[in-house]
Amino acid sequence: MNFDCVKNSLGRLVPREVPGLGDLAPFAGAYARLDGSYVWTPAPRTRKVPAPSTNKVASSLRQAIERSGLANGMTISFHHHLRNGDAVVDIVLSELEKMGIRDLTLAPSSLGDSHDCVADAIRKGVVSRLNTSGVRGEVGKAITNGLLETPAIIRSHGGRARAIEEGSLHIDVAFLAAPACDRLGNMTGSAGKTACGSMGYAIHDAKYADHVIAVTDNLVAYPLSPHISVPQYLVDQVVVVDSIGDPSQIATGATRITRDPVQLRIAELAFELIRSSGYIKENCSFQTGGGGPSLAVARFVRDYMKSENIIGGYCIGGITGYMADMLKEGLFRSLFDVQSFDAAVTSSIAGNPYHMEADVSWYANPFNKGCLVNDLDVVVLAALDVDVDFNVDVLTGHDGVLRGASGGHSDTAAGAKLSVITIPSMRNGVPSIRERVQTVVTPGETVDVIVTEKGIAINPLREDLLAKAKDAGLPVGDIRRLKSEIERTTGIPDDVEFTDQIVGLVEYRDGTIIDSIRKVK
Amino acid sequence: MKTNSYWGRPRRSLLYIPGNNPGMIQNCAIYGSDGVLLDLEDSISISEKDSARKLVKHALLSLDFGSVERIVRINGRDTPFFEADLADIVPAAPEAIRLPKVDSATDVLEADRIISRIEAERGLTPGSVGIQAMLETARAIVNVNSIAAASPRLVGLTLGGQDLAADLGIKATKEGLELLFAKSAVILAAKANGLDAFDTVYTDVADLEGLAQAAALSVSLGFTGKAAIHPSQIPVIHAAFAPERKEVAKAAKVVAAAKEAENRGLGVIAVDGKMVDAPVVAQASRILELARLAGMEVPEL
Repeated sequence: MNFDCVKNSLGRLVPREVPGLGDLAPFAGAYARLDGSYVWTPAPRTRKVPAPSTNKVASSLRQAIERSGLANGMTISFHHHLRNGDAVVDIVLSELEKMGIRDLTLAPSSLGDSHDCVADAIRKGVVSRLNTSGVRGEVGKAITNGLLETPAIIRSHGGRARAIEEGSLHIDVAFLAAPACDRLGNMTGSAGKTACGSMGYAIHDAKYADHVIAVTDNLVAYPLSPHISVPQYLVDQVVVVDSIGDPSQIATGATRITRDPVQLRIAELAFELIRSSGYIKENCSFQTGGGGPSLAVARFVRDYMKSENIIGGYCIGGITGYMADMLKEGLFRSLFDVQSFDAAVTSSIAGNPYHMEADVSWYANPFNKGCLVNDLDVVVLAALDVDVDFNVDVLTGHDGVLRGASGGHSDTAAGAKLSVITIPSMRNGVPSIRERVQTVVTPGETVDVIVTEKGIAINPLREDLLAKAKDAGLPVGDIRRLKSEIERTTGIPDDVEFTDQIVGLVEYRDGTIIDSIRKVK
Repeated sequence: MKTNSYWGRPRRSLLYIPGNNPGMIQNCAIYGSDGVLLDLEDSISISEKDSARKLVKHALLSLDFGSVERIVRINGRDTPFFEADLADIVPAAPEAIRLPKVDSATDVLEADRIISRIEAERGLTPGSVGIQAMLETARAIVNVNSIAAASPRLVGLTLGGQDLAADLGIKATKEGLELLFAKSAVILAAKANGLDAFDTVYTDVADLEGLAQAAALSVSLGFTGKAAIHPSQIPVIHAAFAPERKEVAKAAKVVAAAKEAENRGLGVIAVDGKMVDAPVVAQASRILELARLAGMEVPEL
C-alpha cells in the first residue's frame, strides 16, 4: 500500500491520511454522522469587493483567467449540465496549458464522454489532482492506470455540495458554461441553442467559488429574463466564446421507452414491487433516471397513478421530458430539477412555475438543514454491480477500470424510504450479483431492493417490504439464491487483479472514505 | 388418452425464438409468453442448421424455462435436416415438436414413428413429446381432417399463413381474411379431435393496433392461441384472450351451479332457473381459466 490504511465498517481498506488531502475518516455507517449530534463548521469565505465601475465582460478567455488571479496549484471547477456536449472544459484547459499554468486541482461536478481532454491535461501536468463524481473513457483509464500521484476523489452530488460548503473542496475559480448570459453575469440554462435546463450544480459553485467566470456563446441584452438560474451578484466575469457545446449531445437522456424485453421485465417487476410497498399514494414523492428500465418504470407508475386517481407531491432529481409530462398531466404537483436529462425539459422549466430549479445542496447535501432526498418516498436507481450485502458499485467496469459516476446514487438511496436498484442479471455474460463488489459507492444498509429480470432480492433489514412483496405474489428470494441461479448460466468470473497502489478514493456523502480504488495490474 | 404434460397448460401465446440466438434463448422465461417456439427452420440459414440444433438441444437440457412451455420447430420432412433434428431434440424432451410442411397424415405418422423410437431408446414416457402440425399448402388444408386424426401424439394444428397464401397464389394481407376458410377448417378439425388450434403470426411488429384486431378475430374464430414474433406482441395477444367481466360473472355462476349439483348428487344443472349442458360448463370453466390468466378477479369457487 502506498498509504497507511485501516479497515472501515464495511471491511474495506482505506487510507488514514494522504499527503495533500490531510486526515481522512473511515466510513462508519451510512447514518453515523446523521444522528443529530454531529457538528460541522462551514468554511468562512473571503471576497474581494469589486469597484462598481468594473466591466465584467472580459475581452478574451485569457484576459478573464489573468484577471481571476488563477495560479499554479489552485482549484478550478466546472458544471456538467452540458453533459456529453460540453466544450468548455476543453476550451479552458487548452487555454491554461498555453498560459503555462500547471499543477491544478480539477473539480468539476462530473465528467462525461466529451472529456477525454482531461486525460491529456493530466499527462501534460496542467492538472495533477482530480475531484469528480464521474469519469468515463480516457480519464477513467488514466486514473485506474495510476497517472495521478494524488488519488482522485470521487464524491456523490450531495457529498460534493457538502465538501464545498465545509471548505474541504475549496474552489478558487469556477468556469460556468452559460447557455444564456447577460453582461452582468445573470445566467440561465433554459434558453439559447445550447439550452440544458436546470443549472443546479452551477448555482452551488457560483455561491462558493472565490471567483466565478461565466462562459457563454449567447450574450443577451441586460437583464436576462424571465428566468435567472445564477444571479449577477455571484458572478465576477463574463467571457464570450464561439461555442460552449454541441446541442445534439446535451440532451442525450433517453426520451423513448426501451423495447428491450429484459429491461421491460425488470421495469415491470420493479413497478410491481413499488406498488406492493404501498408508497405510491396521495402526495408521494418519486425519483427515477432516464436510462435503462427507468423510464419504463415511470410509465408503469404513471398508468397506475392515473387508474387509481393518485396525485403525487413531487418528483426530484435528474428530470426527463417524461416527468415534465407527468407534471403537465397533473399526476405530480411539482418538480424539483437539479439537472435536466433531455431537451423536452427546457420549455417546462422556463414556462411552468411548478417545475422548480433546485441547487445541488438543496437536492442532496446531507449536512444542510434539510435536503430534498431526505423526504423522498421512492427512488429507482441503476447499478453496474451489486453484491450479496446489497452494496452497489456504479463506478468500476468488469475490467476494473473506472467508467461510471457516483452521482446522486448514494444520496437518494440513503434518503429515500424505498430505494430500488434495477439491474440486468448479467451483462455480456458476466453476472451482476457478486460476492463482493469491486468498489462500494452506495452501502447495502441504504439499499432496500435489487430487481433483476430473473427475480427480486429484498434487504433482510426490510422485513416489512418482504412480507408485502410475498403477499403480492412477486418472485422474491434470497440474494444468494438469485446469485447462484444467475451463475448457473454465467459461471463465476475470475477476479480482476489489482496492485496495492491506491489511485482513487470514494468519499461517502458524509465525508468519510467508503472505499479505495486500486491500480489495475 | 393424452398423457403428455402438454395438457392443462395455457397456450394463448407462443413466441418464436431463433434457435441460433443464445442471448434470446437464455431469456425465454421472462418474455411473458405461455410458450416459446425455438426455431430451427425458417429463421436459420442452411449454414447454421447444425449449430442452432446443438444450441437448442443444450438450452433445453440446461436452462430454466420456468413455467414457459418449450416447443421446437424443426425442419420439414422434405429436408435433409428432419431426422437429425428429431435425433438431437427429442431426447431433450421438449413438450412438443412443431412439424412444418405437413401435407398429409403420412407426414405426421412418419414423425410419430421416429419420435416413438427415440422415446423408447431413451427411456422417455411414450407419447411425452407432442406434435404440432403446421399446415402450409392447399393440399394440407384439403387433408386437414385426416391429418388431425392421424396420431394420438398430435396435440395441435396451426397454419403457416405466408406459405399458404403463396401456395394459393394470393396476397397475404395483415388482416388475413383471405385465409378465413383455411383457418376455420383447421379450427374445426382441431376441435373435432381435441387439439389446440394456433393462428399464424402477425408480421408487422410495429403495428400493435393491427395485431389487436387480428388477435380479436383469432379468438372469435375459435383459435386457442396465436404465435408471436416479438415480445411486445405478447401482452396484446393475451389481452385478446381476456374474457369480458360480464362473461366471467356468468361463467362463475355456471361453474358454481355445476359444483353444487355435483355436491348434491343432482344430474341436472340449473342456472337462474334454466338448464345448462355439460359443454356450457366446460366453456365456463375455460372462461374462468382465461380470466385468471389475464389477472382478472375470479370468485373463489
